[in-house]
Amino acid sequence: MTVSTAQPVVRLRDVHRRYPGRPPVRALDGVSLTVAAGELVAIVGPSGSGKSTLLNILGTLDRADAGEVRIDGQDVGSLSDRQLSALRAHRIGFVFQQFFLSPGVTALDNVADGLLYTGMSPRERRRRAARTLARVGLADRTHHRPNELSGGQRQRVAVARALVGRPSFLLADEPTGALDSASGAAVLKLLHELHDGGTTVIVITHDHGVAAELPRQVHILDGRIESDEYSLERS
Amino acid sequence: MSAPRSRLRPRDTVRVAFSGLRARPLRAVLSALGIAVGIAAMVAVVGISASSREQVHQQLRSLGTNLLTVAPGQSFVGEASLPPESVDMVARLDDVGAVSAVGVVPDTAVYRTDEIDPNQTNAIAVSAARTDLLDTVGATVASGRWLDDALGAFPVVVLGADAADLLGVARTDGDVQVWLGGEWFTVAGVLDPVPLAPELDSSALIGWPVAASLLDFDGSPTTIYQRVDEAAIDDVRALLPSTVDPATPEEVAVSRPSDALAAQAATDETLTTLLLALGGVALLVGGIGVANTMVIAVLERRSEVGLRRALGATRAHIRRQFLGESVLLAALGGVGGAVLGGAATAAFATSRDWPFALPVWVLAGAAGATMVVGALAGAYPAARAARMPPTAALSTV
Repeated sequence: MTVSTAQPVVRLRDVHRRYPGRPPVRALDGVSLTVAAGELVAIVGPSGSGKSTLLNILGTLDRADAGEVRIDGQDVGSLSDRQLSALRAHRIGFVFQQFFLSPGVTALDNVADGLLYTGMSPRERRRRAARTLARVGLADRTHHRPNELSGGQRQRVAVARALVGRPSFLLADEPTGALDSASGAAVLKLLHELHDGGTTVIVITHDHGVAAELPRQVHILDGRIESDEYSLERS
Repeated sequence: MSAPRSRLRPRDTVRVAFSGLRARPLRAVLSALGIAVGIAAMVAVVGISASSREQVHQQLRSLGTNLLTVAPGQSFVGEASLPPESVDMVARLDDVGAVSAVGVVPDTAVYRTDEIDPNQTNAIAVSAARTDLLDTVGATVASGRWLDDALGAFPVVVLGADAADLLGVARTDGDVQVWLGGEWFTVAGVLDPVPLAPELDSSALIGWPVAASLLDFDGSPTTIYQRVDEAAIDDVRALLPSTVDPATPEEVAVSRPSDALAAQAATDETLTTLLLALGGVALLVGGIGVANTMVIAVLERRSEVGLRRALGATRAHIRRQFLGESVLLAALGGVGGAVLGGAATAAFATSRDWPFALPVWVLAGAAGATMVVGALAGAYPAARAARMPPTAALSTV
């Protein structure tokens, strides 16, 4: 594996994020976190711990009030909104709890939409989408629409959409939250397979069971990192 | 390393905008309907008035615009008439082709029977007509026959279209008689409406000889019709008064009936403008409907906006998507309205036997208007969608 080469995929240094209100909410209160290329990390915490804010910061959907955020070596604080959009289009793959697939559109086109904002030609987008669908084990579901797929299959389509642009890392927000345990296990297995293939994956979850299955667990509580543990390699 | 950019192809912008409409077809159709009504109204108004003008132009082309009429003008000393020999004088002019005339028989009226109250004249003029009148003014016989040299000596009458209606004469087989100037006259024929000489429509036309023998007609023409060489029409027009009445040329009025027809077609413009303005109001209301639909669409699709931002869409991409959706929605209405308006024009023109005319500029204008309305209606919702922070868009679900 190509771990910790030149620069980490994600580097946060003393990041603060506060939401105005009475009293103001300190969602992130001095978070420092480094994720190297090729890692599979769980960021785990109860609701209100600040993990959703951390997700938004990592995904460059939100900006930190203070501290340094580097994604793929680039200082997010110095980038314009357009540059951030470009960063998301090319470097970050999002997976959401609710999948957010377009209804009435085939799995292939849903995955191809992951490349929509790269300016690639439709033919090339579909070609890569077909390849990526095969990679997540859905080669035989290419022309199915979301309502013809099971929950687990839908989430695998969503993972393929996040993956199709060959991002620097995958950011998965409660990827098993809307799934039954069997489907959830299948999705986790897929994430492990991707990790084994060299993909960097960050999973945000409140589920300690899910977190325990991943090699590294970052526990967050009240906007601070409580612990950062590496478990033994999976058998 | 040069930073890769976020980019959405123009064709993909259209596709994305279109997919938003396809997701809710009924709503799209209903809100496009408002635009369609406005555009249909405008297209139909312009189309119908263009068809009506085209009808007049076609009529003028077939009737010719080279007919001049000469009539006694207003005189200070009461009823004026033209000298009996004036018809021949006109015929001798250069550049004058066919010449004909009618002479109103004074103090003579026509009734359906001799029982009718003499005051009920229906304002039908009794005129002596020369037998070459029809060819000169381009009139045609609707039924029966026209006067000829033989018939002209007998108490026989040919009625104008309106006169026939007013008298209730439908048959021209020689069995119907009307009470004319104290004599029974047989109805020999009925004319079609005469666009270039509408005064004939409410006339009862009798032969020149019978008018003189039975009704004491003095042979003075009241209107002379002449066809003139198109190129020399202004010269002839200037010459006519002194030719007809050398003694008092200022009492002679010369007119060109085709001018009146063309002017009549032009006076419709005011009404057209008013109706166009009404169509514009309908379009405005349609635009508000589209704006309303778009505002709701943006509110409903916060999570879609969030997803697209996560996939790498810039604010401009989001704005263009919703703006494009709005313009497409309006365009849908515009196309529907143009088809509807065209169909209404065609139906109306067909029902009146008019030619179908729909100027290209109307369709271009309708297309332009819908684009503008769509862009204006979508501007605010699109800006609002673009301003949505990506996190807010995602966290609502």
